[in-house]
Amino acid sequence: MTPPRSGQVIAPDQAPPASAPGSTQEDDLRVVGTPFRRVDGWAKVTGQTRFADDLTFPRMVHMRLVRSTLPHAFIRGIDTSKAEEMPGVVGVLTGKDMPEPFGVLPVSQDEHALCLEKVRFVGDPVVAVAALTEDQAADACSAVTIEYEPLATISSVDEAIETSEPLIHDYGDEGNLHKKISLQFGAVDDGFAQADEIFEDVMFYEGSTHLPMEQHAAVAVPEGGGRITLYTSTQTPHYVHKVLATVLGMPASRVRVIACSVGGGFGGKSDIFSHEIVAAKMALVTGRPVKICLNREEVFYCHRGRHPVLMHLRTGFTKDGAMVAQHLKTALDGGAYGSYGVASTYYTGALQTVTYGLPRYRFDSIRAFTNKPPCGPKRGHATVQPRFALEVHLDKAAQRLGIDPADLRLNNLLPPDSITANYLKVGTIGLGACIQAVVDGSGWRERFQSLPHGRGLGLACGSYLTGAGLPIHWNHLPQSAVQLKLDRMGTVAAYCGEAEIGQGSDSVLAACVAEVLGIGLDDVLLCVGDTGLTPVDLGSYSSRVTLMVGRAAIQAAERARDRLAEAVAEKLDVPADRLVFAESRVFDSGNPENGMPFAEAVQRAEEKFGALATTGSYAPPRAPGRYRGSGVGPSPTYSYSASVIEVEVDPETGLYRVEHVWIAHDIGRAINPVLTIGQVEGSVYMGLGEAMMEEQVFRRLPKNRSNALVHKVPSMLEYKSPTFHEMPPVTTYLIEDPDPEGPFGAKEVGQGPLLPIMPALANAIFDAVGVRIDQVPIGPHMIRKAVEDKAAGGDGRYGPKAFPDIDFGVPLMVPTPDEGGDGRATNSEEAGVRKGSGTMADGVRKDSKP
Amino acid sequence: MDHYTTATLRVNGQDLRVVFPTHHTLLEVLREECGLTGTKHGCELGECGTCTVLVDGEPVLSCLALTAEMEGRSIETVEGLQDGNELHPLQAAFADLGAAQCGYCTPGMLMAAKALLAENDDPSAAEIRTALAGNLCRCTGYHKIVEAVEWAAGVARGEADAGPAREVLFGASVPGEGS
Ligand code: FES
Ligand code: FES
Repeated sequence: MTPPRSGQVIAPDQAPPASAPGSTQEDDLRVVGTPFRRVDGWAKVTGQTRFADDLTFPRMVHMRLVRSTLPHAFIRGIDTSKAEEMPGVVGVLTGKDMPEPFGVLPVSQDEHALCLEKVRFVGDPVVAVAALTEDQAADACSAVTIEYEPLATISSVDEAIETSEPLIHDYGDEGNLHKKISLQFGAVDDGFAQADEIFEDVMFYEGSTHLPMEQHAAVAVPEGGGRITLYTSTQTPHYVHKVLATVLGMPASRVRVIACSVGGGFGGKSDIFSHEIVAAKMALVTGRPVKICLNREEVFYCHRGRHPVLMHLRTGFTKDGAMVAQHLKTALDGGAYGSYGVASTYYTGALQTVTYGLPRYRFDSIRAFTNKPPCGPKRGHATVQPRFALEVHLDKAAQRLGIDPADLRLNNLLPPDSITANYLKVGTIGLGACIQAVVDGSGWRERFQSLPHGRGLGLACGSYLTGAGLPIHWNHLPQSAVQLKLDRMGTVAAYCGEAEIGQGSDSVLAACVAEVLGIGLDDVLLCVGDTGLTPVDLGSYSSRVTLMVGRAAIQAAERARDRLAEAVAEKLDVPADRLVFAESRVFDSGNPENGMPFAEAVQRAEEKFGALATTGSYAPPRAPGRYRGSGVGPSPTYSYSASVIEVEVDPETGLYRVEHVWIAHDIGRAINPVLTIGQVEGSVYMGLGEAMMEEQVFRRLPKNRSNALVHKVPSMLEYKSPTFHEMPPVTTYLIEDPDPEGPFGAKEVGQGPLLPIMPALANAIFDAVGVRIDQVPIGPHMIRKAVEDKAAGGDGRYGPKAFPDIDFGVPLMVPTPDEGGDGRATNSEEAGVRKGSGTMADGVRKDSKP
Repeated sequence: MDHYTTATLRVNGQDLRVVFPTHHTLLEVLREECGLTGTKHGCELGECGTCTVLVDGEPVLSCLALTAEMEGRSIETVEGLQDGNELHPLQAAFADLGAAQCGYCTPGMLMAAKALLAENDDPSAAEIRTALAGNLCRCTGYHKIVEAVEWAAGVARGEADAGPAREVLFGASVPGEGS
C-alpha cells in the first residue's frame, strides 16, 4: 500500500504571500501541504518507538515512592530502618537528601523533590525506595512508617478565602491566596455608562485531568565523569534540565535530559516532577541506573491539570450587540503548589480580547492554594474556562437582544492587525471565515431555533496562542533553535530540542527542512529533545512548536541552501538566484537539465567551504504591553476556531447525545493536512470529554477514618472519558490563509480547536430544550433540574449562584491604545505590586537566568 | 513470596522458554522477560485496553492474564504484525492517517482491530467502534482509527481503489469555495 505522500496540495492555486517565511515567489510546495505519513509513523505502528518505561540498562534498579495519606500535615518522624533491611533494597531517600526547593516558574519555587516538614495533599511524595525489582521496592515502601501531625484541610476556594491559618505555604499574596490580580484597561465605568444593556453571568468550570495513556516514567543513568542522564516522558526537557541541575547541585553541563517519545502530554508532562529528580538523585547515590514508572493512581496525583474556575462576567452591550465594556472576575482552585499557576491565573483573563472588539476591560482574579493535587496547564491552558463563560454569555446576550448568535459574532469581529485593550497585537484573523464555514456547513440559517423540541444547534468560537510570546525564564535568547549538518552522501541531520509528544513536531521539523532544501522527508535525519546534543527549544507547550521550530528550521535550511547555491552556481556557471532545489536535485530553472543531485551539491559546497553546518533560531516579536502582567497573552499570531454542535436532548431524563460537530480552524497553512485534522479531531474529543463527563473531584473520607480529603476517582474506570461510542461525527474545515509570522504561513492547531466545544454544547442544549447550564461538565441531572425549574416558572438555569466577595484593591490602571495609552500602567506605585505579589519572599531566584 | 514458574510461551509463532515470578501477568512477562516492549500499559487494572494482545486469536487484556496460564496458547503482539520489513495493512493505514498520534494506544488498537478483521473482513464503521470500544485513546478522537481500519480492510480484501476519502486527508470542502 503506498502512503498518500503524493496527495495534491489542498489549494494549489493559492501561493503563499511572498512574506510568509519559507516561501519563495515561484513557490511550488512539494512537501508542505501534502498529507504525508508522519516521520515517526513507522516506529509507532511497529512497537519500535521507545517510551521511557521501555528502556532498560545493565544493573538497573527500580524505584517506588511512599506518598502522603493525609491532605495537610506536619511530618513529625520518618522511620525507614525496616525498609532498608528488606530484600533487594539498594537505596532509600527522604526530603532532607534534596532540600533545595524548585518550581517551574521562577516566582513559585515551592516544591521539594520529597516533602521536607509538611505534606500538602494526599499523594504528596515523602520517601523513595530503590530495589532490585519493582516488587521488592513496593514491599519495602510498605515497611516505611511516617508520623504525621494533621493540620486543618483547605478543600476549596471558599475555604481558602475564609481560612488564613494554617497556611499551606508561607508565601502568597494574602493568607491562602497564592495570587491576586486586578487589571483595568481603559475607562470601564464610562463604557458601562454608554451601554444599552448590561448582562451578568456566574459560571463554573470543573477541573479535569489530562489522562495521558502513558503513565509518567523516567530512567536516570549515572555516567562517567560525574555526569547523569535522565530519560523521561516530558514535554519540556529544557526546564527539567535546569531544575535537575539546581536541585542536584550539579553544573548543568553534567546533567543531560533526553525527552523520550511521550505517550500523550496535553500539558500534563510540562512540569518538573518529583519522581524525575528523585530518580536522578537515587542513581547518583546508588551508582546504578534507576527506573520509575508511576502507576495510574499516582498519575492522578501528579495532575497539573485544568483548574476549577468560578467566573463572574459582566458586559455592557449596545442594542446591536457590540460590547462596550466588560468586567471579568475569576477564582481558581490551584491545588497544593504553584506550578504554572501564576501564568494560569493571568491566562483566565488574557485572551478575552482577541476575538471580538472590546474597547474597555477589567479583569480581577485570585488563585487559591488548597490541599489537592496541584493544577497547571491542560490543553488550552487557562483560557478555556473564561472562553466557555464568554461564549455562553454572548449566546444569552444574542437571545436577549434578538440577534442571531452567528451575526452577533460576525458583526463584532476584531479587525485584523489590531492592538487590543490589553495590548495584545493581533495579526491575521480567520474567525469570520471559520464562522461562515460552520454556519453554512451545519445549515445554521435554516435550522437554528427551528428544530423540533429536544434537538438543538449551538455555536461558539475560540482563539489560542501560536506560542507564548515570552519565555518562562525572562531573557532575550532565542526560544527555539535548529542546527543542520549536511553530509556529503546527501543526508541532512537536523538537531533541535523540541519534544515529540504525538502532535507531530518531528514531522513539522523534517517537512520544513525537506521543503526548503528540495529533498525527501526520508533524507532528513532527526535528533531531538536531548539537552546534551540539541540546541534549546523551550518545549511542547503553548502551541509554540510548529511556529517556532518551523521558523528556526527554515532559517537554518535557507542558510544551507544559500551555501549550496553559491557553490553550485559557480560549478554550473549560472546565477545563484536561478537555481531551484527540488526532487533531490539542484538545477537551473531556465534549463532543468543543467543541474546536479543534491548530494553532489553538498560535495561542491564542502569543497568550497569545508564541513557544512548551519543554524537557525527564532525569537518572537516584542509585544506592546509594558504593564505588570503583560507578559501573559502575547503571541506571534493567534489561531481562531468556530464550531456548531448539534445535540439531541431528552427533556424528561436530561440524557443527551451529541449528534454532530462542525468545526472550522484558522490554520494559516496546514503543513500536513491529515495530521492537522487529527489535531482538530483530538481537540474536539478532549473538549467533549470536559463538556460532558470529565472531572477531577475530591471527597472526604468518613470522620471515623481520617476524614482526609481524597481524590474521588483516581482510576481510569471511574474517571469517565469518551470512548469510541461517545465520539460523534465531526466535519472539519481547514481555513487556509497563510500568516506572515508562521512557517509557510502555518498557525497552531493542537489546542485552539478545543476552545469552542464546551460552550457550543451548552448553547446547543439551550436551543434544544430552552434551559441554560452554566457549568461543565454538563450532567443529565442538571438538565432535568433546569427543565423542572423552568416548568415551575423559574428561570430554567442550572449553575453557580454567586461569586465570592473579594476585595481586589485598586486595579492596575492601563489606558488603552484608543485612549492614547503607551502600554504602561499609570499607577504602578499604588496598585498591582503587593507585598510578595504571589512570588517567593526572595523574589525571582538567582537561577532564573538561563 | 518469591515463587517462580517456568513456562514455554508461543509468542508470534516462536517458542520462548521463560522463568518469571508466578504472580506476574502476561503484560509483565512479555515486556520484561520476553523483551517485547511494544505492548503498552496504561492502568494494569483492565481499564484502558492499551495492553491488548491476541491469545489464540482473541483480544485479551494482558495486564489481567496470568502468564502461568498461557502455556500452550498462541500469543500475538504488535511485534508479530509485520511481514518481514513490510507493514501489515493495518499498520500502514494507521501510520498514514495519523491514527497513531502519540502511538501509545496503537499496539492495543492494532491487535484488537486485527482480531476484528479476522472475523469480519468488511466491518461497518459501527462494527469497528464496537470492536474497539474497550480501547481508550486520548489523542485522536477515534475517527482516524476507524478510517484506518476501514482502509486496511479494503486493502486486505484486495480492493484496488481502497483509500481514504479526500475529506479524511484534507478536511471537508469549505462551503461556498467550490472544489
Ligand atoms: S493496562 Fe490498562 S487494560 Fe491492561
Ligand atoms: S494515539 Fe495517543 S493515546 Fe491513542
